[in-house]
Amino acid sequence: MENRQLRIALAGNPNSGKTTLFNKLTGSNQFVGNWPGVTVEKKEGKLIVDKEVVLTDLPGIYSLSPYTLEEVVARNYLIEEKPDAILNIVDATNLERNLYLTTQLTELGIPVVIALNMMDLVKKAGDSINVKELSRQLGCPIVEISALKGDGIKDAALAAIEAAKNGKTIPQHSFSGPVEHALAHIEEVTVHNLPEERQRWYAIKLFERDEKVVESLALSDEIKAHIEKDIQAAEKELDDDAESIITNERYIYIGQMLKGIYKKKGKGQLSVSDKIDKIVTNRILALPIFVLVMWLVYALSMGTSIADGGIGIGTFLTDWTNDVIGGEWLQGGSRALLESWNVAPWLVGLISDGILAGVGAVLGFVPQMLVLFLMLCILEDCGYMARIAFIMDRIFRRFGLSGKSFIPMLVATGCGIPGVMASRTIENERDRRMTITTTTFMPCGAKMPIIGLIAGALFGGSTWVATSAYFIGVAAIIISGVMLKKTKRFAGDPAPFVMELPAYHLPAWGNVLRGTWERGWSFIKRAGTVIVISSIVIWFLTSFGSVNGRFGMVKDLYEDDTVVTDKYIAVVADRMGIPEDEVEPMDDSILARVAQPVSIVFKPLGFGDWKPTAATVTGLVAKEEVVANFGIMYAYDDADGEEELEENGDQIWDRVDEDFNAFSGGHGKLAAFAFMIFNLLCAPCFAAMGAIKREMNSAKWTWFAIGYQCCFAWVIAFIVWQLGRVFAGGMNAVGLVFALVMLALLLWQLFKPYKEAQKLTIK
Amino acid sequence: MKTLREAKVGETVRVVKLHGEGAVKRRIMDMGITKGVEVFVRKLAPLGDPIEVNVRNYELSIRKADAEMIEVE
Repeated sequence: MENRQLRIALAGNPNSGKTTLFNKLTGSNQFVGNWPGVTVEKKEGKLIVDKEVVLTDLPGIYSLSPYTLEEVVARNYLIEEKPDAILNIVDATNLERNLYLTTQLTELGIPVVIALNMMDLVKKAGDSINVKELSRQLGCPIVEISALKGDGIKDAALAAIEAAKNGKTIPQHSFSGPVEHALAHIEEVTVHNLPEERQRWYAIKLFERDEKVVESLALSDEIKAHIEKDIQAAEKELDDDAESIITNERYIYIGQMLKGIYKKKGKGQLSVSDKIDKIVTNRILALPIFVLVMWLVYALSMGTSIADGGIGIGTFLTDWTNDVIGGEWLQGGSRALLESWNVAPWLVGLISDGILAGVGAVLGFVPQMLVLFLMLCILEDCGYMARIAFIMDRIFRRFGLSGKSFIPMLVATGCGIPGVMASRTIENERDRRMTITTTTFMPCGAKMPIIGLIAGALFGGSTWVATSAYFIGVAAIIISGVMLKKTKRFAGDPAPFVMELPAYHLPAWGNVLRGTWERGWSFIKRAGTVIVISSIVIWFLTSFGSVNGRFGMVKDLYEDDTVVTDKYIAVVADRMGIPEDEVEPMDDSILARVAQPVSIVFKPLGFGDWKPTAATVTGLVAKEEVVANFGIMYAYDDADGEEELEENGDQIWDRVDEDFNAFSGGHGKLAAFAFMIFNLLCAPCFAAMGAIKREMNSAKWTWFAIGYQCCFAWVIAFIVWQLGRVFAGGMNAVGLVFALVMLALLLWQLFKPYKEAQKLTIK
Repeated sequence: MKTLREAKVGETVRVVKLHGEGAVKRRIMDMGITKGVEVFVRKLAPLGDPIEVNVRNYELSIRKADAEMIEVE
C-alpha cells in the first residue's frame, strides 16, 4: 500500500485558475493526450513536491451531470479509476457556483482537499471569508492559494498527498426530509453491497434518474419499479422533478452555509472587468471591435509580411524559414552533402526532393502557426474568446456551429491546418466536430494558385472566379452545417448554450506560452509524420514506373535508348493520347498509370482526363502541387528547362485552355470550373488531414470528415457540370436526371424540419 | 406568466419556476439559476441574441429560446 503510486485528480470549474495551478504543481513533467475516444484533452503530470504522485487534470466542469461530455469524462474517471484524492480548486470570488461542484465531489467517497484560489482578490474587494468555519462545514481541509502568484500551492499539494494517504471525506450536507427518506430506501435496496463511502453518490444519482448510472448498475425491473415509487413520492411532496429538487437543495444549502461565512462589504461597484465589458460587447461598438481584433489576429499571423510593408510577423518568419532553412540548408545543403558522400542518385532524390522538401514545407509553417496560436491563447486566456461566442452565436448556431467557429474559418483562409487546430477552443463536441469537418472548405492560401490558373487559362483572368471561390467555400460550410446537423451522426448531442462569461484579466504568460507550444508541437509531430510518409509515397509514384517492360526510375530508363525505342514512344503517345514529341518520362510513372483508370471517376464531372486527375491526386500532398503538376504535365520548358513556373502558371495557360476544351468537347470553361470546385472542396492536403485526425481523435470521425468532403465536392461539381451543359449546349439526359435528383436530395435535407436533441449519447 | 426572455435590460428579476426538462434545464440549474435566485439582466448581444445576465455574482450568457423556460417575477 505504501509503495503504490498515489494518484490525485485536479477538479474545478472552468476559469477557476485550474490550468495555472496544474502548470505550477507539475512544472515541465506533463503528458498531454486525449481522453479515450473523445476530443477532450487529457493532461497528467508528476507533482514537483513529490515525483511519486501523479496529478490528473480533469476537464473544467460545473457539475457532475450526465449531460456534457466533459462532465461524463470527469465522473467516469472519478468513479472507475478511483483516484486517491481530489484536489478541488475553488474560485473564492465566485464561491456559490464553485461550491456547487464541491458538494457533489464530497459525495464520491474520495478524500477532497479544497484549494481556495483568488482569496487575495476577495480581500482586496473588502470582503471576508471565514475559511476555518467553511472547512468545518464542508468536512474537508481548505488551503488558501494564489495560483497566479504561486502562494500556498505547495501546501495545497502536501495537503492533498496527506489526504490521499489517510484522509476521509464525509459529506456534511443533507437534503430535505422527503429526499433523505427516499435516499435511505434507495441505498437499502440497490447499493448496500457497495463500499459504504460510495453508497450515497449512487443513491443520489439513482434518485436523479441518472440514466448512465442506472445502466451501469444493471438493476432488475422489480427494483427499478420499487425505487421509482420512492422517487415519485418525494417529487409529489416537493412539487418538482427529482433532478431539480437535488440541484435546488444544493444551492439552498450553500446559500445558507455562506450566510455566516462570507461577509460582503462593498456592493454594486463596477469592477475593472465590468467596465471593459461595457465597451467591448457594447451593442454599437462590439462588432467594429470584433472586426478589428480578428483583423489583427489575421494580419499579424497570415497577413502581408513585414518585409513587404505589412504587419505579418508570422508570414515574415515563415518566408524566411522556407527560403533559408527549408530551401537552402535542408534541400540544397543535403543534396550537396549526400552527393559528396557518393550516395546513390535515387536515394538523394528521395531524401532531398521527397522527404526533406515535404518536411521543409511543413516546418515552414511552424513560425506562422506559433504566432497565430500565441494570439489565440491570449484571446482565450484574457476572456475575449467567450465574448466572440457571445457576439457570433446568433449567426453560427443556425448552421450547427458555435460562435467560436468563426475563428477556425477565418484562419483557414490562410491555411487549413491551424484552422482545424483552432477548433480546440470550442467546448461543445458536436460543434467542434462540425467545425473540423467544414473548416477546410474555405479556400486556403495554397488553393489560390489553382484559382489563378483556372481564372487565367480559361476565363481571361476574370476576378469573379476568385470571388466565386470564396462564395462557394462559405456556401459549402453553411449548406454542410445545415445538412449535417440533421443527420443522426450529429443530432445525438444537445448544445445548451448557457455559457459563463469569465471576468477579463491580463493573460497569465506562463499558460499562454505553454499552450502555444503545446499546439505548435502537436502540429509538428502529427502533421510531420503524415507529410513525411505521404511525401515518400508521392515521390515514389511520380519517379518510378515500368518502361517498356522494365521497372525503375522512369527518368533513368528514358535515357536508355535501348529501352525507349521510337516504337515504344509511339505506344506511349497512343496510350496517353498525345503527340509523340510530347512523351516524357512521367507518362510512364505509376501515378500516370494509376491516374488513367481513376480519371473515370471524374468523367461525370467533365474533367475525366488523366492530367487533371493526376493533378488532383498530387494535390493531396499540398494544394500547390496541383499547379506545379500542371506545369510538368503540360510540358512547360523554358530555354534551359529549369525555370520555375510562375505562381499562377501563366506560361501554360494556352495549352491548358486547349486541352480542357479538347477533352470536354468544347466546354472547357465549364469543365475547368467543375475541376476548380472539386479541388476547392475535396479532402485537403495530407498535413490538414493529419490535423483533422489529431483533433477528431477518432479514426471513424476522421474518415467520415474526409469522405464527406470528397462526396460533397463530387456532387457539387457534378451538378455544376451537368446543369451547366443545359445552358452551354450538349446536355446529357441521363446525367441531367441524376444531377436533378441529387439537387433535390440536397434541398430536401436542407429544408426538412429539424428538432434539437435533448440527450447526450456517449457509449 | 413572465419569463426571463421578456425581462428588460437593466432589470433585476427573481426566478419563480423553471419549465422544460432534460439537459438544457439541468444545465441552467447547474449554472445557478434556481428557484428564488435574483437575476440581473445585463445586456443583449449586438445581434439581439443571446442575453447576458448576472446571477450569483458572475456573468452568464443564455439564449433567448432557453431564457423562455425561466419563469420570473
